[in-house]
Amino acid sequence: MTFKKSIILITTCLLLLGSNLSAESEKECFEKVSRGFFKFNKGFDKVILRPIASSYNKLPEPIKKGTGNFTSNIATLLTVPNHVLQGNWRLAGESSASFLINSTVGVLGFANPAAKMGLKNQQEDVGQTLGAYGFGAGCYYVLPILGPTTLRDSVGLIADTLVDPFARVTLREKELLSISGSDVDYYSVRGATAVDFRADNMTNLDSLEKNSIDMYAAMKSLYLQNKAKKINNTFSSEDDDDWSEFNK
Amino acid sequence: MRKLINSLVLIGIFFFSTNSFSYNSDPKIFIAELVTDATKTLGDKSISRADKAKKIESIALENVDIDAISKYTLGTIRKTLDQDTLKKYKELFKKYFLKSLTSRLTDYSEQKFEVLSAEQKTETTTIVTSRIVKSSSQPELIVEWRIYTKNPMKPLIRDLRVEGLSIARTQKEEFSSILNSNNNDINILFSKLEEYIKN
Repeated sequence: MTFKKSIILITTCLLLLGSNLSAESEKECFEKVSRGFFKFNKGFDKVILRPIASSYNKLPEPIKKGTGNFTSNIATLLTVPNHVLQGNWRLAGESSASFLINSTVGVLGFANPAAKMGLKNQQEDVGQTLGAYGFGAGCYYVLPILGPTTLRDSVGLIADTLVDPFARVTLREKELLSISGSDVDYYSVRGATAVDFRADNMTNLDSLEKNSIDMYAAMKSLYLQNKAKKINNTFSSEDDDDWSEFNK
Repeated sequence: MRKLINSLVLIGIFFFSTNSFSYNSDPKIFIAELVTDATKTLGDKSISRADKAKKIESIALENVDIDAISKYTLGTIRKTLDQDTLKKYKELFKKYFLKSLTSRLTDYSEQKFEVLSAEQKTETTTIVTSRIVKSSSQPELIVEWRIYTKNPMKPLIRDLRVEGLSIARTQKEEFSSILNSNNNDINILFSKLEEYIKN
């Protein structure tokens, strides 16, 4: 590791440790700027992402399903090391088996026979791993194009490209163990993942936009709830105590 | 005269029974019946849009714990408000809630829905798990209903968790954001709610 990289890593760790470990992530880093980026992202969605996702939704179901399976299978490459880092050996084994089966029997991941065999493939990233280690989320903000994030998850996003074998082959090494790739491969898969997600959630996002009186805050709440449940590996993020005072 | 009274009583019974139709008290059956009724109403082409909304609103008024939800979503600031302001908030919230509920239900009315299971969490809370079946613009969604069962004969819905994400909590944080950005001025929240109700 170079000196520069070490400095970045140490600074990042100090920043994360300095952030509240109890994850008071409703705190904003720079709300006005974030709201500006949020507005920009909404415009980007309206002009570019949503129309592409709408057209994508008109494709035959097997093509859409195949694309979703393919991007999800590639994401498994990032999931496996994160399961290992979190000490979830059983899940790491299941994800590895899922990747191997889908990449071979499932024709490069376009089919998902692993799911039919009952193999779970719960996606993980470095942000979740840091959360599982007890690092607080830090403050919340919105990035252009990439959307909602926190200090911890931004660090995770950068670290993902170091841990993820797919990112290493395509973005960093260009060739690893006789497998070659390019930036275009990486960003094409990322783009396809975004379009597949947007298309899949057309009703959800449209309904949210229509019925929110502050969509920025609604998205923030949903993002943070979703992250919390993923870090805790629970289905629900809600604390039952939330309602206890209304049970009288 | 007696015939007239009998007729009036019969008409009264008819109206009473149709307006206060109550669902089964078993939380699982309660949700299944309620959703079937709501989606049937929304999908009925012979009913006007206004009548559909009216029917959905009457179902919600009867079966959703709007009072508790209104207090929950306002957060701790409600303890600092005077009675008149709180009353105004509750009235506005009720209108806002009914309108947004009808809108959300309309968005999902064409989706296939199945009730999967029910789990009693505490003496007063049961979680009913259901599923919205995958469609072209919608992934499969697990929807959990938080049912308040203090009166076992009259279950009330308090929250929906879609894929584990609470709608009530999201609403609470939306309100909280508006209040925090405006020095906890409740009037700004009122104007936002009024704007939504009007549009």
